[in-house]
Amino acid sequence: MALVTPPEMGTLERIGFSFFNPDVAALYVEPMLRGMGLTVVLGLAVIVTGIALGLVLALLRSRQFRLLNALIVVYADIFRALPPLVVIIVLFFAFPYVDLSMSAFTATWLALSLVLGAFTEEIFWAGILSIPKGQWEAARATGLGPWGAMWHVVLPQALRLTVPPLTNRTIAITKGTALGSVVALHEVLNVASAASSEAGNATPLMMGAVGYLILFIPFVVFGRWVETRFAWKR
Amino acid sequence: MDTLLQVFFNTDIVREVWPFLLKGLAMTVGLSLLVVPLGLAAGLAVALAGTYGARWLRWSTVVYVDFFRAFPPLVLLILIYFGFPFLQIDMPKFLAVALGFTLNTSSYYGEVFRAGLQSIPRGQMEAARSTGLTQRQALTHIVIPQATRNVLPELIGNTLEVIKLTTLASVVALPELLNNARQAQALTYNATPIVLAALMYLALLWPLVRVLSLLEHRAIRMR
Repeated sequence: MALVTPPEMGTLERIGFSFFNPDVAALYVEPMLRGMGLTVVLGLAVIVTGIALGLVLALLRSRQFRLLNALIVVYADIFRALPPLVVIIVLFFAFPYVDLSMSAFTATWLALSLVLGAFTEEIFWAGILSIPKGQWEAARATGLGPWGAMWHVVLPQALRLTVPPLTNRTIAITKGTALGSVVALHEVLNVASAASSEAGNATPLMMGAVGYLILFIPFVVFGRWVETRFAWKR
Repeated sequence: MDTLLQVFFNTDIVREVWPFLLKGLAMTVGLSLLVVPLGLAAGLAVALAGTYGARWLRWSTVVYVDFFRAFPPLVLLILIYFGFPFLQIDMPKFLAVALGFTLNTSSYYGEVFRAGLQSIPRGQMEAARSTGLTQRQALTHIVIPQATRNVLPELIGNTLEVIKLTTLASVVALPELLNNARQAQALTYNATPIVLAALMYLALLWPLVRVLSLLEHRAIRMR
């Protein structure tokens, strides 16, 4: 069904008709909610794997195996330099040529996790570096092994410093779930733009925009709170 | 190995698509050269308003910054590009893209500059004012230069993000690097153009990442 703007409308009416049309909105509530569900699942999956990957790599890096460290630095550099959309497109469009096809969900999840992992590795590593060496030496002197000293003494202190940059980076990369729409993943943006062109009306796009704000505003406000809470404890 | 090269780095195709991708790269660089200064200027304005403005102005900058930090840039771009025609506003593609990216990135630059301005002790401003400088002069000659220096790594980091952001313009078919690479991939039915574009992005951005790492690690060691 296509809704055509009648020409005799005034500007305000036209905005209402094209952007905030309740009749159009009613048609797309259900698919939009499903899209939001997928965005939430994808976002949570990216956060969990990305942060876990970054933490594991930073811990490995602290053991100072030369070859391994070089590999970690190269990985972190590449995935901080490459635009996330390029990573998604390489995974989704280039890998099928060597018979390594993956679903849009897998490609988006994997790409964003790799990117988030690269950034969080650097953030965790910076946190670990900023703890004075004496802490480490004192922990080892009490008889703790290298992993024990890291886990019980260095890491808990390092984590405090990493919380604000970690929150900001996680928000920025989780918003990248919208990039999944490019490979036809049915998350909020994809559903919204498909619905908009189907209805010939921008209301679904506005619904999508509101959907993202509902999902991410609490996240951003939380980030602000974290920043002030942790800022003075240095 | 041979088939892998054939598919991912076919030299014939590299030669064929090279000029087309270079044209895309020029567009990517051009777009960045427009959006970065605009974003920096708007971000500084937001930060100044948020630090020295009246109470209502400070609150509006918080709303502005949080709004655009919560809003995925791709959603913003699509809303501007596909939404504005419904208002019967016809906007050239390049302008729509630049507007969307500037709105998005000015909020990030704004947060960075705000942190920088807050890192400068009050006494700096007071001392500058007591020498007879006006507030505007004190800001431009004393406070802003020091603030900028303090947040230089974050400014570079955000600039890196802006350049990466330009890839989103491919979604509205602005002929930048990623867009051209995907077109070339569809035409040649081969992954080489995408791989080549990825390498070009690396060549463009890796130096920035290295500089950023050095600055960050120096900052940690100086603490």
